[in-house]
Amino acid sequence: MAGESSVGAAGIPASVARDAAQFHQMEMLRFTTAGSVDDGKSTLIGRLLYDTKSIFEDQMEQVEDASRRRGDETLDLALLTDGLRAEREQKITIDVAYRYFATPKRKFIIADTPGHIQYTRNMVTGASTADLAIVLIDARNGVLTQSKRHGFIASLLQIPHVLVAVNKMDLVDWSEAAFNGIMAEYSGFAEKLGVDDLTFIPISALEGDNVVTPSENMPWFDGATLLHYLEHVHVRTHHNLVDFRFPVQYVLRPNQDFRGYAGRVASGAVRPGDEIVVLPSGRRTKVKAVETFEGLGEEALSGDSVVLTTEDEVDISRGDMLVRPLNLPTIGQEIDATVCWMTDDELRAGKEYWLRHSTREVRAVVTEIVHQIDVDTLHRQEVDAITLNDIARVRLELASPIFYDRYELNRETGSFVLIDPHSHFTVAAGMIRGKTQDVADVIMPPADGGVERGVSPNVVWESWNITLEERERRNGHRAAIVWFTGLSGSGKSTVGRAVERMLFERGCQTMFLDGDQVRHGINGDLGFSATDRTENIRRIAEISALFAGQGSIVLCSFVSPYRKGRDFARSLVPNGRFCEVWVSTPLEECERRDAKGLYQKARDGIIKEFTGISDPYEEPENAEIAVDTTDLTADEAAERVIQRLERQGIFG
Amino acid sequence: MKTWRSSLRQLESEGIYIMREVAAQFERPVLLFSGGKDSIVMVHLARKAFWPAPIPFPLLHIDTGHNFPETLAFRDALVERIGATLHVGSVQASIDAGRAKEEPGPNPSRNRLQTVTLLDTLKELNVDAAFGGGRRDEEKARAKERFFSHRDRFGQWDPKNQRPELWNIFNGRKSLGEHFRVFPLSNWTEMDVWQYIAAEEIEIPDLYFSHRREVVERDGVLLAKSEYNTLLPGEAWVEKTIRFRTIGDATCTGATESNASSMDDIIVEVAAARTTERGGRHDDKHSEAAMEDRKKQGYF
Ligand SMILES: Nc1nc2c(ncn2[C@@H]2O[C@H](COP(=O)(O)OP(=O)(O)O)[C@@H](O)[C@H]2O)c(=O)[nH]1
Repeated sequence: MAGESSVGAAGIPASVARDAAQFHQMEMLRFTTAGSVDDGKSTLIGRLLYDTKSIFEDQMEQVEDASRRRGDETLDLALLTDGLRAEREQKITIDVAYRYFATPKRKFIIADTPGHIQYTRNMVTGASTADLAIVLIDARNGVLTQSKRHGFIASLLQIPHVLVAVNKMDLVDWSEAAFNGIMAEYSGFAEKLGVDDLTFIPISALEGDNVVTPSENMPWFDGATLLHYLEHVHVRTHHNLVDFRFPVQYVLRPNQDFRGYAGRVASGAVRPGDEIVVLPSGRRTKVKAVETFEGLGEEALSGDSVVLTTEDEVDISRGDMLVRPLNLPTIGQEIDATVCWMTDDELRAGKEYWLRHSTREVRAVVTEIVHQIDVDTLHRQEVDAITLNDIARVRLELASPIFYDRYELNRETGSFVLIDPHSHFTVAAGMIRGKTQDVADVIMPPADGGVERGVSPNVVWESWNITLEERERRNGHRAAIVWFTGLSGSGKSTVGRAVERMLFERGCQTMFLDGDQVRHGINGDLGFSATDRTENIRRIAEISALFAGQGSIVLCSFVSPYRKGRDFARSLVPNGRFCEVWVSTPLEECERRDAKGLYQKARDGIIKEFTGISDPYEEPENAEIAVDTTDLTADEAAERVIQRLERQGIFG
Repeated sequence: MKTWRSSLRQLESEGIYIMREVAAQFERPVLLFSGGKDSIVMVHLARKAFWPAPIPFPLLHIDTGHNFPETLAFRDALVERIGATLHVGSVQASIDAGRAKEEPGPNPSRNRLQTVTLLDTLKELNVDAAFGGGRRDEEKARAKERFFSHRDRFGQWDPKNQRPELWNIFNGRKSLGEHFRVFPLSNWTEMDVWQYIAAEEIEIPDLYFSHRREVVERDGVLLAKSEYNTLLPGEAWVEKTIRFRTIGDATCTGATESNASSMDDIIVEVAAARTTERGGRHDDKHSEAAMEDRKKQGYF
């Protein structure tokens, strides 16, 4: 076996392995691979494992033996990944298999799924946990129907990155034209799907070109090799870090004095002292502590398995969900979803199943099959029943409510499975599109003194004639409200304008609102009394929501000293579409700048009720980002805001 | 603010999540404890998952009767320290009861016989979910294994009839008499396990660290001197500096010549290793599809 002695079969140089600190910084990337039979998927995976030295000698010997027994002259790398004997005999892969390898940069988990027509279900399974999909295309065959199906499934499951590996370039004379042709055709198709990040790499899995080492045969290609791409692609963008959702998994009560709620944070984050609401009861309390085996934690982040305790004794059990009062999921019993059918028993409207969603299980009836989606043509057709490997849009009615977000915004709380109550088999994978109709089971009391809207706190943007999705698709980015709050002179508007300029230059549709503008126009009738200030913010928030509903990224620059006002604005847009930017430049610095001479006037008592001097400023507790302009230029601060928006998924 | 966790922390969190799902979805789970590093890591995860409460299920050791004495001592000390309940299923008892038959030949391995004892004990204890330390990186047949692996009434695994596992949703529904094997370490590699043991400072048996021991080389495998391994004609005991990469039945667990005497040494050695841990297992060499066959019958 080739390779320098310092790197062993674990793929990690000994020096790195020993350096625990570095190892603990290693990220994980989960990807799925799809290709039609014989496109070279197994060879590619074998090649990746082989070239990253993830193969042990005894495994290699087995492959050599097997290759020899079959009379092959060269080593068949595909044999490395072939699992079960039956498949080896048929020479096909028939299920999802998981493979592992690591480089000094990342640990990789491959969900290896076959691409035959009858195995859509396996691809969906593999894609459900993937951050990235590799779609293999045989350069000789060009874009086949099946290659398109793989792209469709990747987009359906919302895999953020799709990498198209154009394989067997050795068989088309390393032709740039062949590669470009495939790239053009597939890009055109992917545009229709709304695949956000699409990359093409020409490779030869058999000979290793552009897999781990750059190809000498294709000097015309100046992009990264496949492994380099896998090591560097940004993987954290799609994790929802905004909406706190904690499905309670298990209640721990070791003694009379301790009652803890075990679970894994599905999205967002929580800290001791944070206010929370228990669903479905609607009871409010605060997080007392984040308990772990190691001691009290400062916070629990998306993906962390922790135990939370609460300030008050509230009745909480498995299947409940802890969330924030002003950031609720939808609570509903009637949902509209896309399902992939996973069994031979066909689905007809009226059948009853168990629906398992996060840690909750409820009875469910499929009330209507809206249409089936042909995975090859993407055409919708009306059908009476669906069966194995079909994908369809359906409506479901549940025996009791679940707490969900749209799959698009939150994979964890937007997904479910259906279980046959007799065979206990998992029969469908479901992705929630929204509710079929409003359900107001839980009435949330507004926070004391909070700004009230008078209508349901559940935000619905469905009443528009042209939907937000359509607008966003055309704009190429999500709609959002970016709310700059901070003291007078902190730099809110300067940073806000810089952000708007950057967004505009990226081609985003934007709108900028600040005090001067609205005080002269729509809010000309308002003064500075407490009531008028509240009304001022209420109107601004509603206006921003309208602009956001129209697809814009709305930048609002207002002192907005009170939490309740800012939280109200937050409550008007769906989860993940609000970014609170706290321009946290300290008072001394703002006062030193005093660009408009206002602080002086406030100090002299000429201006009464001036925020920071004679009126309080309630610092944000849950701002998405804070920037202090004492040491940052406006552009530097703006750059950070842009990065934050990127992480929040505003650009796709 | 850091908004992500390292791969090791993600694996840990996943393992804990799986354990809690099992505790919530099943009535009588057990944790299959072999005394090897993977099952020690499982116990560690279980303690974390339910802390400050005790582990809500017992440990089950299938005792082949061919254990290294160090393994048993370690097992008993661990159980005592964490206050867990331990059940032991004895292969010898299965043989005595005529449920299993010792393999012919000298120094028979009892790896295969374990299956009988395991299935009998699971039935006896009415177990509906058994945690195993299996990892998907160990062997090709395991690459398709689920976290929740369904077993029919006869304890058998049907690779064609496994339930799809999507997102983080695990379906533990079953009919009477069926049970599940659950593998919380599915996504871990051997390297992850060692890194984790080092990071968490988990205690492991001394057998894993290099020491002097009398061994005999048979079919390319170094077998340790013990009452269960006797010399064949032409063989002789030789003292070597060795350690074990896996710990199982003494008749078939091979040792590796090694000077690795600390966790750091072990990690460096594993990083540079050129053979799988199973390469040291005598019985896996029997046939390319050996593992798969045993799994179908209900092996661990
Ligand atoms: N010439 C050439 N042949 C390849 C390449 N990649 C795979 N193959 C061959 O294509 C055949 C099918 O490959 P395999 O990996 O088994 O395909 P799978 O069905 O997608 O897993 C095998 O004979 C491979 O050797 C390549 O880049 N160039």
